[in-house]
Amino acid sequence: MQKYSLNVLMAALAVVLLVLAQFHIIDNYIQAVIMYVGINIMMSTSLNLVNGNMGEFTCGHAAYMCVGAYVSSILSVMFFGTKLGDPMFPASMAFILFPVIVLIGGMVAALSSILVALPSFKTRDDYLAIITIAVNYMVISAIENMDFIGGSRGFQGMKDTVWAMRDTFDGPWMLLWVILFTAFTIWVIRRFITSTYGKGVNAICQDEVAAEIMSVNTNKIKIVNFMISAGLAGCAGGLFAHIVGYVNPQSFNILKSTEAMVMVYLGGMGSLSGAIISAVVFTGLMEVLRSQAIMDFLLAPATFVFPDWEPSAGVIKWVMIPLMLVLIMQFRSEGILGNKELSDVFPKLKKYYTFK
Amino acid sequence: MDFIIQNILNALQWGSFYALIALGYTLVYGVLRLINFAHGDIFMVGAYIAFFVSGFLLGDTLGLSPLVTFMCAVPLTMVLTACVGVTLERIAYRPLRRKGAHRLYVVITALMCGLILEYSNLAVLGASRLKFPELVEKAVWNIGGVTITNLKVIVIVAAVVVFLFLNFIVTKTKIGMAMRGISYDKFPIPLMGIPIDNIIVFTFVLGSGFAGLAGLLFAMSYPILEPFMGMLIGWKAFIAAVVGGIGDIKGAFVGGFLLGFIEVGVVAMPFLESTYRDLFAFTILLVILWIKPTGLFGMPQSTKI
Repeated sequence: MQKYSLNVLMAALAVVLLVLAQFHIIDNYIQAVIMYVGINIMMSTSLNLVNGNMGEFTCGHAAYMCVGAYVSSILSVMFFGTKLGDPMFPASMAFILFPVIVLIGGMVAALSSILVALPSFKTRDDYLAIITIAVNYMVISAIENMDFIGGSRGFQGMKDTVWAMRDTFDGPWMLLWVILFTAFTIWVIRRFITSTYGKGVNAICQDEVAAEIMSVNTNKIKIVNFMISAGLAGCAGGLFAHIVGYVNPQSFNILKSTEAMVMVYLGGMGSLSGAIISAVVFTGLMEVLRSQAIMDFLLAPATFVFPDWEPSAGVIKWVMIPLMLVLIMQFRSEGILGNKELSDVFPKLKKYYTFK
Repeated sequence: MDFIIQNILNALQWGSFYALIALGYTLVYGVLRLINFAHGDIFMVGAYIAFFVSGFLLGDTLGLSPLVTFMCAVPLTMVLTACVGVTLERIAYRPLRRKGAHRLYVVITALMCGLILEYSNLAVLGASRLKFPELVEKAVWNIGGVTITNLKVIVIVAAVVVFLFLNFIVTKTKIGMAMRGISYDKFPIPLMGIPIDNIIVFTFVLGSGFAGLAGLLFAMSYPILEPFMGMLIGWKAFIAAVVGGIGDIKGAFVGGFLLGFIEVGVVAMPFLESTYRDLFAFTILLVILWIKPTGLFGMPQSTKI
């Protein structure tokens, strides 16, 4: 019973969400927020795999998201859109081919992560940070120079696929796929870090040289780890592109990578449940702070002293979130859960669920 | 031939900015083993401080002439920017260091401080761009088809002088010896009677001060100020410092100029579009790091078990 309790609970939650969305009880905005939560969970847990579990410091995670988003958008437009010639497949196949499109995007992103994985054999922490930043800039710059996919103007037309799915059955398809892929991500990561390979990942985090001596094949594990992490981020990117219906290389810049890093460090390094919780909290916070009314209320003392000052919520948000993180680093630098899983912090929860 | 020399001069000027900022990165990294990601934004703050300082000096209350303003603005900007850098160190980094937090947390804090500086600037001053006043009267010398402006000369000379000065401080003075000592091993340093906090503050003063100088010179060369001007140039200067081997003064200097030459070279190539600048610069850097994982002048750190 306790083996399945969490799965059943999550499945029930997903069904409830889908039913609510199907009968328009929750509006499109809430649906969008839920989908962003899912995507952020994918981003933070997959970055956590490298930054937390393996202890390497990468700060260009948005690059893989960018690759995944672009590859899957191009495929999706080629398959079902009219922007790059006639559609290759009938619209009725959209709901079968959509996960394939997203997975291919993820695979290409995984292959692109070899650019980072190969230098990481010799390169240690700070230098690896540079390589990841450089890769992030390289990906953005390369896409900006590809004119056939819009260059810096961005690329659109992915909504055709979503509409094609709607033609088959009128329902919240994107919500369904985001939920499925989020579950898939968490499942893959959980299975990976509890496997023999995952033990190797933790060994690299503890001490790479010692792990090497204890016959851990560090190079192989590093490549696999980087590829899984990048592939999942690529899937997140593909989903993101289809939700928004428009991708622009600049929306995957360092700021996006910073967002993913904030989520990882907010949740606690190497903690899967921490990464999930922090993704939910962070996305919620982003949405709450988006509102001008709440921001005006928060800044009431300051605007009272300086009546001419009219800050916009979109700007102040990006002062408050980093400030919050700085404060977290000062007073609880290990993050919300800090290196522990939820069941380690609350041992009584173990009675009700096991998570394997 | 003129074309090549002209572009070499442009590259020298562009590389000087990278070198000036990279020197600050490298100083802080060399002493603290901390990537001060906020450094690019301190450069931005330096440019803004230079704007307000020169606006104040040129304004109605003092009404100094542009040249005198320039003379006064250089030290004032450097001092005020150094204050910003030291404040950052006091508020954000020192408590973490006292607690003995993991290096990564300090790096994240630095990254966040950079974001705070950028966006609070945007919130306070608004999105409108500022125009920097012209302080040095522009003199253009034309030597055999190559045009040299006096500003270009000032920038290049400033970078070289700062490099020589820092090199002198680090290798020849007692305080430099203390810095190298901290860099080598932090724990026995207080036992030798060296005030570790003062040395670190001094490092931040030097680094931020020269970032302020770079900001002033940059604002004079490209007189449009915006809150995100420090972002890309900061990342690139950081990469320059790494390519040179971070923690090494000479490496930062060479790396800055190398990056400048690569970028201007890509832009100047007749068969390449200038939009490929970032792509080429970063690819070359990746290749360099691939071949020499610790940068051009960096020493590989030995790992003990």
